[in-house]
Amino acid sequence: MTEFTPIMSFAGGLLIGLSAVTLMLFWGRIAGMTAILGGILPPLDRDWAWKATFLAGAILAPAALAVSGVKVEFDVPVPLAALIVGGVVTGIGVTFGSGCTSGHGICGLARFSKRSAVATVTFMAFAFATTFVIRHVWGGF
Amino acid sequence: MRYVTVFLIGAVFGTGIVLSGMANPAKVLNFFDLAGTFDPSLIFVMAGALSVAVPGYALIFHRRQKPVFGETFVLPKAKLVDRKLVGGSAVFGIGWGIVGFCPGAAIPALGLGHSSALIFVVAMLAGILVARFVSQADFFAAPAKPTPGSTP
Repeated sequence: MTEFTPIMSFAGGLLIGLSAVTLMLFWGRIAGMTAILGGILPPLDRDWAWKATFLAGAILAPAALAVSGVKVEFDVPVPLAALIVGGVVTGIGVTFGSGCTSGHGICGLARFSKRSAVATVTFMAFAFATTFVIRHVWGGF
Repeated sequence: MRYVTVFLIGAVFGTGIVLSGMANPAKVLNFFDLAGTFDPSLIFVMAGALSVAVPGYALIFHRRQKPVFGETFVLPKAKLVDRKLVGGSAVFGIGWGIVGFCPGAAIPALGLGHSSALIFVVAMLAGILVARFVSQADFFAAPAKPTPGSTP
């Protein structure tokens, strides 16, 4: 079980939304992790520099929280093989799907993109189904 | 100055992800586990993010012709719902349902210093490169290189 955290989750969501809005306001860009991450992989995007800087901020802020003693709940309840397979599958999926939860699920929905709405419904449905099959059909890891 | 802003914007993103619980796979998998240990918290993440992003984007696009730094808003041009979008999203959903990490959550999780996040991210980057290689081989008749702004 994990604790139900509506207020903290909503507050975190507000920050995610604020990040998306300020990136559009200042840089005119979508805060989608797939595109940002893809931009620093070979072949490098011409505008890789802002993407690398965004990623540095996104990694260093949680590191600062952790170092300053903020307790962050973290558990990966899957075996190593599943972690690796899930990672590869995720990377393939977001590349062909042109985006993930941040790009389609937040930014795309926020500008009422039909493609993003379809993508979001699709990946959510498959995530629910996959977890159901693993935990309740297969019996869990 | 421009790069200070994008660093801070990334920091706000990473902080939001971590505080929201998105970077905790156990919590994400419980969100997906309707028939078991269901934890509805992540609905509140989506609600919080959209409650800022929807009016925020509307205001920006209504009031401004261009961003503070730069000449245009770079928005995805693709409009068509195709097999690649739906198929790719389905595959991503399977990956998300196996581990509980989405890309935007796994990157901030790296900062928390857990090796499992690093293993996942390395595997995910390998997956992205594999998908690009397959794309370039025209396996699914996909464009060899996504045009700038083609991803949301």
